[in-house]
Amino acid sequence: MDVFGSFALILAFICAVYAFGGGIAAIITRHPLLVKSTRQAGIATCCLIFIATFSLEYLFFSDNFSAAYVVAHSNRALATFYKVAALWAGQEGSLLFWSFLLSIYVFSVLIAYRKKNGELMPYVGVILAGVQIFFLTLNNFVASPFKALAVPGAHGAMDLVARADGNGLTPLLQYPEMVIHPPNLYSGYTGFTIPFAFALAALLARYPGEKWIHLTRKWTMIAWCFQTAGILLGAHWAYAVLGWGGYWGWDPVENASLLPWLTGTAFLHSVMMQEKRGMMKVWNVWLVFSTFILCILGTFLTRSGVVSSVHAFAQSSIGSWFVGFLVLIFTVCLVAYLKNRDYLQSENQLDAIVSRESSFLFNNLILLVSCIAVLSGTLFPVLSEAVSGSKINVGAPFFNKVNIPIGLFLLFLTGVGPLLAWRKTSVESLKRNFAWPLMIGLLAGAVIFALGYREIYSLVCFSLCFFVTATIVMEFYRGAKVIRVRSSASYLTSAIELTMRNTRRYGGYIVHMGMVLVFIGLAGAAFNQNVQKEMQPGSSIELGKYTLVLQSFDSKPEANYTGLRLNVEVFVDHKPLMMLYPERRIFETNGETGTMVAIYSTLREDLYVVYAGQSPDTKLPVIHAYLNPLVKWIWFGGVIVVFGTLVALLPNRRAVLVLSGAKQPAPEPLVHGMTPSATYREGHD
Amino acid sequence: MKKQAKFGIGIGIIVVSLACLAWLGYGESKTYYHTIAELQSLKGAELSHRMRVGGTVAAGSIRRFTGRVDFVLEGEGKSLPVSYVGSDPLPDTFVDKSQALVEGRPTDGRFVAEVVQAKCASKYEAAPGGTVATSSTATK
Repeated sequence: MDVFGSFALILAFICAVYAFGGGIAAIITRHPLLVKSTRQAGIATCCLIFIATFSLEYLFFSDNFSAAYVVAHSNRALATFYKVAALWAGQEGSLLFWSFLLSIYVFSVLIAYRKKNGELMPYVGVILAGVQIFFLTLNNFVASPFKALAVPGAHGAMDLVARADGNGLTPLLQYPEMVIHPPNLYSGYTGFTIPFAFALAALLARYPGEKWIHLTRKWTMIAWCFQTAGILLGAHWAYAVLGWGGYWGWDPVENASLLPWLTGTAFLHSVMMQEKRGMMKVWNVWLVFSTFILCILGTFLTRSGVVSSVHAFAQSSIGSWFVGFLVLIFTVCLVAYLKNRDYLQSENQLDAIVSRESSFLFNNLILLVSCIAVLSGTLFPVLSEAVSGSKINVGAPFFNKVNIPIGLFLLFLTGVGPLLAWRKTSVESLKRNFAWPLMIGLLAGAVIFALGYREIYSLVCFSLCFFVTATIVMEFYRGAKVIRVRSSASYLTSAIELTMRNTRRYGGYIVHMGMVLVFIGLAGAAFNQNVQKEMQPGSSIELGKYTLVLQSFDSKPEANYTGLRLNVEVFVDHKPLMMLYPERRIFETNGETGTMVAIYSTLREDLYVVYAGQSPDTKLPVIHAYLNPLVKWIWFGGVIVVFGTLVALLPNRRAVLVLSGAKQPAPEPLVHGMTPSATYREGHD
Repeated sequence: MKKQAKFGIGIGIIVVSLACLAWLGYGESKTYYHTIAELQSLKGAELSHRMRVGGTVAAGSIRRFTGRVDFVLEGEGKSLPVSYVGSDPLPDTFVDKSQALVEGRPTDGRFVAEVVQAKCASKYEAAPGGTVATSSTATK
């Protein structure tokens, strides 16, 4: 099976090379046989990668311990669930997994558009094949997952060996969340290759109009959705599993996943400007190029060890391959841009500072500033060593100081942007749209201030959250009201109908609502408390309104670990509420310990209890308890964001207008002066 | 020209204020990285900087006291006694012979660390060679 798998991989490489080279020939000669065969080669590449991936999984499932990768990351006792995940537990397998996910996207694109967009697809096929060639080079020649296990034998030759059992999966990875986080995040990273390929193809082919944006919109949203989910799942894993009480540490690897998210979000928004007014074309092309480059940079930072982080200390030579690829991509993008930039001329200019265009411009600007700040901070040790010889790190204070105001400004734009008109907004329109939300926001801020919460950033955040919520509710209310006129259905039904008729816009509002919830959750961090104490049975700690009493502690041997468990009873106002069982696990395979945090999570706050260790003198357990307000809102908000994206991906339901006889009065004009038409245009005004 | 100027001013204010915040944040959190060997050759003002030092935890050197954990960090043939005085529990990956990164200041021949990071049981490192407990012994 391992020979089969590695053979499939090398065949995939050959097909990709043909898809690339033949594809270039197809563009030049336009010979239909070349066009068709290179597309089919592209499809074949994907299928062969699927086969290779399934072969590697088969090696795991059949406990094949003659394969080095299986030995390193699996053992007989490992649960099936984790044997699947062991595929991406190490360098070689995770690179193959990357190729696998990329191939799913490439396959879908090649199949979906095989009979359409004939001008553009040959270019797209070449670019996708080029990216696949890079990863297949790594898969085949630099980090092959199919290497056989061998030890140095006599006369300097390597002898093949097979183990009876493997080393097993690292305990820290044996959590369900750690299994879903990489596939989501990788699906985000690889997904951004598609809009990149289309943008570069459109530029090279000088493809007329904004068609490439329409084509790639759905792919970009899918990739963005996976990226968002991947980031939040990683944060949740860090929170629920690692036990340091937080969910984001501005670690280089965390930042690596955030960077393409920032430019991707900017891109998703500013393409609307290009669609509606033919503006920001240069911005958009560079935003999508940057997003793709940052995805590759992200995986480079994680794998190469160039920046020290909890995730990767060791140096690895694979870094130089990625640097080479990054330089190549950037050069190709730059040359393509310079040669074709007249094709990207703007059709319109910015008219006024109070307009939707300007809100998109500011949205782009601050997302870009945030991206540059996070990138500089992450790469600072590398940059400072190059410039001054000493490695300097920057930490959370730097990132937070810059990103908190940026986040708040973004929140403000989220409320304001959708209600500004294109080109120029009149004062009356401003008053009509913003009077209520502004009042609600200020009122909320005043109430929270009066309740005793004085932290300035949190106050501003909560006010803005109420402001934005009010603007979103107002939009749904107004639209639903118009639909109700005709159908006399309830507000809720009308709101749903409204959403289904313009999924992109109202799905987008749902996503914004989800982000508001996430910001509410983030704002709670300013009020975190914690306490640490050595406990014996019967002793108690007070935290907020909770009293924690250690009832007993025990130790339980399990299949591959020993669990040291604390039985903690939680009281509120002297009434027993529940039991919590924070645990430490000691794993047999390598002596590592893992923490099982016990969390009691409500909408108001999380009671987060960790068995921190044993006091060295008395051997009594030490408990570290945290009170983290509003954390649940982050996860809940994340679910809403994903839901909203799925809604936005749905096709619009066409509205059917029923015309009635002459006696009826003329229908009311619809939202913002639009006149009725047989079908609703997508978009606004 | 007027609206260009308005935009320019708006953009300028945003960028300048964020740059100021970035500068402040940088000052608050900048941490120098030194190897154990370099640490011994630092003089004067450099010694009072916040810094990070990386190395391997010497086997058998971890001693836990109330409020403090002492251990010895080794690297490039030199060793450095460290006292961890932070309130957070040490990471689960902090065991004998693990790679660790400590952050703090050198004081009187020891290193007083407020933060200790130990290598994540990570997926992506190159095999350091031959130990059965870690990654494969396959050819690299």
